[in-house]
Amino acid sequence: MMRLPAFEYLVPETLDEAVVMLADHPSAVVVGGGTDLFPNMKRRQVSPATVIALGAIEGLRGIEIDDDGAVMIGALTSLRDLAASPDVPVALASAAAEVASPQIRNVATVGGNLCVDTRCEYINMTESWRLASGFCLKADGDVCWVAPKGEECVAVSSSDLAPVVVALDAEVGLVGPDVSRTLAASDLYRSDGIDYLGKSEDEIVATLTVPPRPGWRTTYRKLRRRGSIDFPILGVAAAVQVSDDGIVEDARLVLGAIASAPIRARDAEEAVVGSRLGPEVVARAARLAAEPVRPYDNVDLGSRYRKWMAPVFVARALEDLR
Amino acid sequence: MMGHAVVGRPGPRVDAAEQVTGRTTYAGDITLPGMLVGGLLQSSQAHARILRIDTAAAETLPGVRAVITGADLPIPYGILPVSQDEHALAVDKVRYVGEPVAGVAAVDAETAEQALALIDIEYEPLDVVTSIDEALASGTRIHGEVEGDNVHRRAALEFGDVESGFEAAHAVRENVYFFRGSNHAALEQHAAVASAGHDGRLTLWSSTQVPHYVHRTLEKVLEIPAGRIRVIATPVGGGFGGKTDPFSHEIVAAKLAMVTGRPVKIVLSREQVFYAHRGRHPVLMWVKTGFDPEGRITAMHFRSFLDGGAYGSYGAASLLYTGALQTTTYRIPNYKFEGVRVFTNKPPCGPKRGHGTPQPRFALECQLDEAAADLGLDPVTIRRRNLVEPFSMTVNHLRITSCGLAECLDRVVEASGFFAKHGTLPEGKGIGLAVGAYLSGAGLPIYWNDMPQSEVEIKVDRGGGVTVFSMAADVGQGSTSVLAMIVAEVLGLDTADITMVTADTDLTPVDLGSYSSRVTFMAGNAAKEAAEGIRDRVAAAVADELGLPEDGVAAAGGRVGAEADGEKTLSWADAVRAAIARGGPLIASGSYRAPDLAGPYRGAGVGISPAYSYSVAVVEVDCDAETGEVKVTKVWLAHDIGRALNPLLVEGQIEGGVYMALGEALMEEQAYRGALHKGPSLLGYKTPTFLEMPPVESILVETNDPEGPFGAKEVGQGPLLPVVPAVANAVHDALGIRADEVPITPDRVVKALREASRGGNGRIGPEGVPKFDFGRLTRVKIPEGFS
Repeated sequence: MMRLPAFEYLVPETLDEAVVMLADHPSAVVVGGGTDLFPNMKRRQVSPATVIALGAIEGLRGIEIDDDGAVMIGALTSLRDLAASPDVPVALASAAAEVASPQIRNVATVGGNLCVDTRCEYINMTESWRLASGFCLKADGDVCWVAPKGEECVAVSSSDLAPVVVALDAEVGLVGPDVSRTLAASDLYRSDGIDYLGKSEDEIVATLTVPPRPGWRTTYRKLRRRGSIDFPILGVAAAVQVSDDGIVEDARLVLGAIASAPIRARDAEEAVVGSRLGPEVVARAARLAAEPVRPYDNVDLGSRYRKWMAPVFVARALEDLR
Repeated sequence: MMGHAVVGRPGPRVDAAEQVTGRTTYAGDITLPGMLVGGLLQSSQAHARILRIDTAAAETLPGVRAVITGADLPIPYGILPVSQDEHALAVDKVRYVGEPVAGVAAVDAETAEQALALIDIEYEPLDVVTSIDEALASGTRIHGEVEGDNVHRRAALEFGDVESGFEAAHAVRENVYFFRGSNHAALEQHAAVASAGHDGRLTLWSSTQVPHYVHRTLEKVLEIPAGRIRVIATPVGGGFGGKTDPFSHEIVAAKLAMVTGRPVKIVLSREQVFYAHRGRHPVLMWVKTGFDPEGRITAMHFRSFLDGGAYGSYGAASLLYTGALQTTTYRIPNYKFEGVRVFTNKPPCGPKRGHGTPQPRFALECQLDEAAADLGLDPVTIRRRNLVEPFSMTVNHLRITSCGLAECLDRVVEASGFFAKHGTLPEGKGIGLAVGAYLSGAGLPIYWNDMPQSEVEIKVDRGGGVTVFSMAADVGQGSTSVLAMIVAEVLGLDTADITMVTADTDLTPVDLGSYSSRVTFMAGNAAKEAAEGIRDRVAAAVADELGLPEDGVAAAGGRVGAEADGEKTLSWADAVRAAIARGGPLIASGSYRAPDLAGPYRGAGVGISPAYSYSVAVVEVDCDAETGEVKVTKVWLAHDIGRALNPLLVEGQIEGGVYMALGEALMEEQAYRGALHKGPSLLGYKTPTFLEMPPVESILVETNDPEGPFGAKEVGQGPLLPVVPAVANAVHDALGIRADEVPITPDRVVKALREASRGGNGRIGPEGVPKFDFGRLTRVKIPEGFS
């Protein structure tokens, strides 16, 4: 059995206390359910000296609707609860329902999935495997084995929620040592397999807020090998606002798990706005959304197949919304 | 036939309640006073000379009790006498990434892990060989110091005259196939605990299918007389052939226990299980078959290329198995087999459920569907026209006894509605069929000897308690339950009255182990004979006691006495006491040795069995032509079990075999990037989940084998065989593309469909096979009685 390395384990009781702890321990890592962090630690992908567990903090769990109709989701809300919520957009609930397995969803949190580490077949390996392969940019090495000529890590954004929250124009509430602020979900992600989050390291994701979107339809389509357990190797979040006569008035199309950050397919969005979601429009949007996609051979089923699947999944997502 | 009280009745296994409530003690659960934690250092190199190993820093780490290397275990071993090419810890060279190089024993797992990291090894890297093509080319040898190819074994056999068979053929077909290898992926990782007493005795508890062979290996490698070594096979949490070799961790745990004087436990990590491997060989195959106008086979020429990994393991047998059983389902009048197994710098392959036969079965059954289409026949008719006859000989000297293949075919075709569906389902949906056969125990032991292959002893105490002693290891297949049922049936008792003592070399007489589907047939016959010995003594005593004729005494319902006469009977316990009073301790033994079946040629020992099971599968699929996803929606599987001693266990084995076959057909693959395992974890290595498992309709066909215990044959392995090609045949029916390679993954399906849409042949599979000299051809006379 792989075992965790030794580390200091801190359990703050308030968010303020957590932020102070994080400031006092610059190399600390924050953990929610731990379903991502602890396996990574067992493989020594990360070996933080300090782990700050948020689980005891009151008030970070639960889903509420405010007077304006915005949905506020505490970062410690379990994916199981998010999946079961009738108050959140369909795409968000269904993306949560497709994360990993029931047992993991019982423990895994919304904040944890939003911040889930990027993945790559050269990094999500035991230390002994990586020793045999040679260490890589993302941990302990100075070369990318996927793109050896490149200087950037191309590990894949593997959150099911990420493309959905971007498509929903959601915001995350960040609490830092000095200020609290909100950040557009699209700004939470950076296209860098190592430094993949657009928040400062001393900030904690406390909430996810989904703005009210009356009249919008949303969906999430996930590609993976099996019907359970597996991470996405492509995820398509789609949201459209459709007029009474069936014309798309506004649209969001976001591709996840195909690059180091979710990719918003703006050309494809423009292609559907002003039209009905007929077969030709869908096909054109699918083509436009997939065209810029350049997956690497670093997660299950490789690059070519995932490139092929991008238009298929975009089309299916749009067809869901017809 | 006389009715049976126990045999034939479905019921849970005798160990079921303990297992499902978590009370079963697996090897990894064992804790002994003062026990140390052992660990293995894995090679980081695929192929390298070991120039230096420095263990000083590890040895001086507080909490470390011992560090050993290959120098401490210099004697080689291997499961087959012809392949003694392994060391418990690498000596001079490493041959695959993950190969154990050093062992440590420490007070806890953290310390052991730290100690392993402190061992400093200097390697001189060598050229790395990772494919069949590379292995056949001249280069650095993995075994031996000279340059040359990396051929491990080769074989070339001809029965009859294939050339004249092809000349006489109306149509001749050539195809190439590739069966990618897979791991067993048993739930339980390998684990062993060793304890060396001050009395010079060594005890090893291990999750093994073969305590007898582990016993022999420890004797050899540790140089301790066998009589001072005790091997106990703990309950096995899944073996499937993955625990039938003697393993490094067993020997290292034993050595560390001897060195430290304290018990040592080693549990392999899941990654290490993928490196210990012994899984399904990747096999590249070329098949040429001739047919007459009615679809009858006139000749078959079969070539196989096995990627063996770094060591021999069972490979010499695996190679021959890829050529042996083609003839057990279809009458092939002229047959030629050529095969080669190569060494590569990857974890060693070995036996996995079906051992060397699922790969050629896949090729054969796919080709038959193609031949049927060529000849304007349907898949069922071409098979019916070629089926072997019960009680016949094959051209390669295999003796066939009971054979329910025709009935299996008829019943599965009817149950599935095959004819109404084949070729008629809507685009994307398809149905496929295939057949298979498997041994009920290998005809010969792994090492040559003329002793029984299974021995069973029974002791009855004065309270009537019956204890059965057998070395057969229950690996989840339910062999302990089956032996208890057989004894209970003979003695007229309930299964719950039988105490089973199994798989302990101190306590139990030899059974060769739980491999080749041999236990029900071989240990079952031995148990039956032992039980009959007990029954006869008790019957004689009761006849004497009650003044009955001896042949008028029966044991049933816990009483012994006059048949059909409730007055003149004794309770089982009274009857036992009467027997002990007259004849002393009530003990008996039984044994089984397969009849001498080997044909007159070298290699004839592989493929022979006292009986063959037969299976026919129909698989229905629903494919997504855009994503390449193949969803299996239903499997029908008819199996000739001979006689179902416990139909519930038989169905369990069928469902498990179907599950494993679907994994191999659709996703399971021991894949590598170069010499590195592509995903040595249960997240990286894909096995089907509950969601991928379709309903299975099991159809039991009973042919009452004349030599099987109560007519029984095997079920542990056979049902896997036809399912893999049936999936490929169903995919063809659904999408029009041939999958001449497994697993049939969605990326390969989409690629083939895209090629087909551009006018290509729409096929998944290899282009050809390498040119190779298989060596001197052995021409074997056709057996008498072959017609």
